[in-house]
Amino acid sequence: MLTERARAAGRAWARLAPGARLALGVIAVFVLGAVLAPWLTRYQPWQQLDVVRLKSLPPSWAHPFGTDRFSRDVFTRILYGAQLSLSIATLAVLVSSTVGLLYGAMAGYTGGWIDAVMMRFIDAMLSVPRVLMLIAVLALWSPVPVPALVLLIGLTGWFDVARIVRGQAMALRDREFVVAARALGANPARIVWRHVLPNVLSPVIVAGALAVGNVIVLEAGLSFLGIGVHEPMASWGTMFQDAANQFVSTWWAVIFPGIAIVATVLAFNTLGDALRDLLDARQLPGQPAADLPEPAHG
Amino acid sequence: MGEPLLAIENLRTYFHTSAGVARAVDGLSLAIAPGETVGLVGESGCGKSVTALSILRLVAPPGRIEAGSHIRFEGQDLLALDDRAMRAIRGNRIAMIFQEPMTALNPVFTVGDQVAEVARIHAGASRAEAWKRAVAMLDRVGIPGADERARDYPHQLSGGMRQRVMIAMALVMQPALLIADEPTTALDVTIQAQILELLAELQQQSGMSVLLITHDFGVVAETASRVVVMYGGEAVEEAPVDELFARAHHPYTRGLLAAMPRLGAPRDRLRTIPGAVPAPTAWPTGCRFRDRCASAWEQCEREHPAIANVGADHASRCHLAAAPGRRAPEDAPPRVEVG
Amino acid sequence: MGRRVAARLGQAVVVVWIVATLAFVLIHAAPGDPFSFDAPTVSEAVRAHWRAEFGYDRPLATQYLLWLGNLAHGNLGYSHSMHEPVRDALAAALPRTLVLMAVALVGAFVLGILLALFQVEHRGTRRARWAGNVALFFYSVPDFWLALVMVLAFAYWLPILPAGYPVSMATHDYMAPLAAFVDSLRHLVLPALTLVLLTTAGIARFQRNELLDVLPLDFVRTARAKGLSERQVVRRHVLRNALIPTITLFGLSMPTLLGGSVFVEKVFAWQGMGWVVVNAIGLRDYPMVLAGVLVGTVMVILGNLAADLAYGLADPRLRVD
Repeated sequence: MLTERARAAGRAWARLAPGARLALGVIAVFVLGAVLAPWLTRYQPWQQLDVVRLKSLPPSWAHPFGTDRFSRDVFTRILYGAQLSLSIATLAVLVSSTVGLLYGAMAGYTGGWIDAVMMRFIDAMLSVPRVLMLIAVLALWSPVPVPALVLLIGLTGWFDVARIVRGQAMALRDREFVVAARALGANPARIVWRHVLPNVLSPVIVAGALAVGNVIVLEAGLSFLGIGVHEPMASWGTMFQDAANQFVSTWWAVIFPGIAIVATVLAFNTLGDALRDLLDARQLPGQPAADLPEPAHG
Repeated sequence: MGEPLLAIENLRTYFHTSAGVARAVDGLSLAIAPGETVGLVGESGCGKSVTALSILRLVAPPGRIEAGSHIRFEGQDLLALDDRAMRAIRGNRIAMIFQEPMTALNPVFTVGDQVAEVARIHAGASRAEAWKRAVAMLDRVGIPGADERARDYPHQLSGGMRQRVMIAMALVMQPALLIADEPTTALDVTIQAQILELLAELQQQSGMSVLLITHDFGVVAETASRVVVMYGGEAVEEAPVDELFARAHHPYTRGLLAAMPRLGAPRDRLRTIPGAVPAPTAWPTGCRFRDRCASAWEQCEREHPAIANVGADHASRCHLAAAPGRRAPEDAPPRVEVG
Repeated sequence: MGRRVAARLGQAVVVVWIVATLAFVLIHAAPGDPFSFDAPTVSEAVRAHWRAEFGYDRPLATQYLLWLGNLAHGNLGYSHSMHEPVRDALAAALPRTLVLMAVALVGAFVLGILLALFQVEHRGTRRARWAGNVALFFYSVPDFWLALVMVLAFAYWLPILPAGYPVSMATHDYMAPLAAFVDSLRHLVLPALTLVLLTTAGIARFQRNELLDVLPLDFVRTARAKGLSERQVVRRHVLRNALIPTITLFGLSMPTLLGGSVFVEKVFAWQGMGWVVVNAIGLRDYPMVLAGVLVGTVMVILGNLAADLAYGLADPRLRVD
């Protein structure tokens, strides 16, 4: 069982485009950087080294990415910031993927007026711009603790996933193996769990990879506005809060964290695209592979 | 025949896929005389549609026409032409109509526009001129009220109407050769007859040749003067239509003819050809039909049969041509009468 | 057709009602109330008076009905961060956002579609892959960061364009009309360019997928069989079909555009709705923040409505004769 999975993973790796492998490498680098932060730098992210002499220093050997206005080492802050930014993004996407998956599977499989109502609700929620909605809630309850932030971001991001899953679930409802399960008297929840869910996972995984990138950017933006992660916690976004005021003179405090974000998000987006190509080619079980020539009709 | 209009020599179209090389067309030779209707018959997977696409060089990658193939048309080797020269031929000297008229027409343009487009490209006609020609053509293919119908979109027409539009589109420039790929398969039986009649009439009026691709022997009987049977990417039998129906030679052809349900015949079980068409990535060695043939013997596995003469203008790719005694009794004799 | 419009409008009203109710719940569930903001000069008595005047001492149900009634009349409350009724503040700020978004939308759609066409016409070549990578890069960039980099690049390192505000604050009022117009345009360039760069990528990705979906369809083969060149096939037959779904993108990209404009407006001090809302955050100006959400929602709904109608017109299969 385990070796079967390992072999499938190996095959998947072989079929991944080189760009995607690079992306996975980049993500691994950042994750490792986040995990090994205490060993990779001797400073602390909040540590003001010497506000008089060491503030706003351009990049040098001692400080590869320079120091910011408060003489904090930028490289250190990027490493430690990765911990928070990456965790928030992953957890939030887990929340939204799970909610979207369950909601969509239920709606699509049940059908009828229940499905109609559930979808209307999604339509309504999609009409509210996510950033504005988050700004409103976060501002009203400011300061919001990080777990709540994760939940909020997650709970505002599941609507698209739910829609996709619902479409797939509806298509699956009429396929033979589901009809067979129904005929055997299995109850709907069991059918959804055992037959529908495993088959709608592919688009969820693809959407999830792309979503992680989105959330990193979103969290950074919210922290930039001062309503995401709050001091003394440091994520990539908070680094821009004070830097933005003086970024002309301390451009390194803005450029390098930005490059870190762009690199990570680029990696997740590339990964998401590659996963989409990989998983699409297999399609749902039972359909012919795409690369053999189609037989003539008749 | 005199100088053929179209001469296909040793056509090989292979698909280079990750699952292997699919030899969809593997050494097909075929000639069409001016004014002649040739039926190309076979089951799905035998390569007939790919043949049609190969003539117009519309085979999509990973498909490729292999070196050593020749397709001569009006004195030119089509496979040696550059892109621009080939485009001048498509829709102009050689036209093609497809099986599914609904999906073969662009849903967002009017049918008049789509027919007129051909005139605009090849005759350099102005919009107004091209439109007039289009309406005239739509009228000629039997669409009532062509003037108004030309402004309709494909989804507003019935299946038969759409196929007439496709025919109009194909014949605007009066091509010398029309390739019809299963033109009636997707239509009701009554409409089928109308379309075939239309094709026959238009052919008589213009003197063009037709390559009619189908799996349906009934269609062939109606319209073709000569028949080529394909199997495994190659031609396995070729004869004038009456000769084929009366004295089919190749076991495959016989099997196909025997499998046709017929009114008035004694109520038997329908005869089938055992087995299935092998995958084009792995044609059997020797004769490709041997696994399904009642008469096969060890030579059939060893040696790939060459095309041999078995009658008046009648060729068959089968070892039985040289050893007729080996024919198995179950190998159904043809019982079809044409008339 | 009229019936569809009516149905859609009806749905829109329901959605606005749902969101308005949510906003109401939010205001009353949040800690404090709109009048407990930090301002030592405002006495408790004044606050109590405001609370009474705005009905905050009434039962919840009454407040809810008052809230809906007020909304229906366009009365969105009072903004203490702007020292004027919310409606007035928005009336001044919204047009600036609309200008920015309109320019960005048009620019992004045109560029996005052209980029997608380029990628498909040259598919498989290195040019197309690079174009795709550039698009992916801009798709991955944080909005506010791109804005900051644009300011750094074009206002400081290469000082060719102004870095903030919709006009030159000091001198605009003294300029001749033409000069004033040019001044406004110059200030528009950087924020609009930022938004365009951010949005183009998403549109190009979508359009490219649509083009690739249409490419293998039967009628494309028919077009080739008619003797059209590959370029004509893509630009005439494929594009026309692939553009139709892109119309829906017009509505779908509104939320992203609104979100992006919030950050862009903040960095460029472009005094539009986003900037006003962001300022309101720090000052706990609840009515302003919520008004932003409501107006944003209405804009998204209108965008979707427009896209829906356009879609019905663009696809001949949907037109009811």
